[in-house]
Amino acid sequence: MLPKVHRSDGGPLRRGGEEMSGNRKKEIIRIKPIQNGTVIDHLNQGTAYKILEVLDLKDYTVTAAMNVESRKMGKKDVIFIEGKELSEREMEKVALIGKGATLNIIKNGENKTKTKLEYPKMVHGTIKCINPKCISNVEKVSGKFDITENPLMAKCVYCETRMNEEDIVSGIK
Amino acid sequence: MNKKTQTDSEKFPKDVLSINDFSRAQIEFVIAEAAKMDKMPRDKKQKILKGKVIASLFFEPSTRTRLSFETAIQNLGGKVIGFADADVSSYKKGESLTDTIHTVENYADLIVMRHYIEGAARRAAEVSKKPVINAGDGANQHPTQTFLDLYTIKKECGKIDGISIAMAGDLKYGRTVHSLMYALAKFNNVQVYLISPASLKMPEYIIDDTKGKLKITETSKLDKYLDKVDVLYSTRIQKERFPDEVEYEKVRNSYIITPKVLGKGRKDLKLMHPLPRVNEITTKVDDMPQAIYFKQAANGVPVREALLKILAGVKK
Repeated sequence: MLPKVHRSDGGPLRRGGEEMSGNRKKEIIRIKPIQNGTVIDHLNQGTAYKILEVLDLKDYTVTAAMNVESRKMGKKDVIFIEGKELSEREMEKVALIGKGATLNIIKNGENKTKTKLEYPKMVHGTIKCINPKCISNVEKVSGKFDITENPLMAKCVYCETRMNEEDIVSGIK
Repeated sequence: MNKKTQTDSEKFPKDVLSINDFSRAQIEFVIAEAAKMDKMPRDKKQKILKGKVIASLFFEPSTRTRLSFETAIQNLGGKVIGFADADVSSYKKGESLTDTIHTVENYADLIVMRHYIEGAARRAAEVSKKPVINAGDGANQHPTQTFLDLYTIKKECGKIDGISIAMAGDLKYGRTVHSLMYALAKFNNVQVYLISPASLKMPEYIIDDTKGKLKITETSKLDKYLDKVDVLYSTRIQKERFPDEVEYEKVRNSYIITPKVLGKGRKDLKLMHPLPRVNEITTKVDDMPQAIYFKQAANGVPVREALLKILAGVKK
């Protein structure tokens, strides 16, 4: 199933289409249907922008719906990426920002897999250590971190520096 | 050696990088091995590393750590190669740590390394085919210091469980007291008094990590709880760890231990210090029975002998 996207006034949106009301043609937000690609749904409000910042998507058609009404979440964000399945590292990045969101892989217009994003236990090459004296910032060594939650924290495997959620999000490479 | 310790020793880490990598049983195993080394006749010790070459790579200056490691290697009959200053190595020419380790691992059976870059030891261990002992990596870890501190407490107080210890001075930047907190948290019923000025308090995350396991009391008054403690662990207020000199000057004289201050503690109190000291313990204290910091430094030899012996038998 593709995510339900609603207008900000609560009315339904037909993805890629138009909605008619009487004789008046309402202007609606157009979201191109995804035939093949990735839909990241149930993102906390305000997180779509951060995710778009950390993913390199310049070669893809991307649509972000923000502050969309949601029965479960109140407001949510949704991202549609045409023609791309996220790599493991990209999924780690998305999970660090959007834990609890749903990642849907769409193939030939159908939802093939649906994954609820959880924090990874460990990330490698995804985050930059905030400690400038860390070996991972001095030599060609990819940052490695153990991740714990409640609250979200990343501990550098090398220098043992701890990073809070803000540091993690700003340190995503 | 009891069965539990023996089993744990079999799973002993292949490198000594951080005290946080060790269980209580493994720490007790090292302490027991160090006690054996303390009593072992020299001719018997000489066989332990016979025919082995140990690399001693000191990218940063050190007196006690380097000399006690090199003494331990000699005592165990091993040969030492290496350098005491990065200026005489190819590191100065821009060689990466990884390349240095890949070179040295072909010459030596075990690598002892001090480096000013944090995390350098774990990186070295990651790429090395030979065991690595971290002899200090910047402000991060110095596990052999923590092992010798624990060995000293056990030797002088007869126990670690149930001790009462005050840590005084620079608790914010001092890596020895940070590691000691985590190590003591593996033992039972330990009371810790944290004595420091507000600007040098123990980091909150360390208190959070250990408060369920240690009884912690914080104060800024050096003599307030002295009559309650078995051990007073004094630390140097380290200039190099301060972001600016003004802050350093402001607090450097906060906690000077004199015979008068020590007189407020119990007669059997043990005064420890990781050394070097600057002015935080006056030299008049040196001859008092409470002063055990030179004995503590001497304990670095059997503790490092024990670690070298254990790791020399490890296959990576």
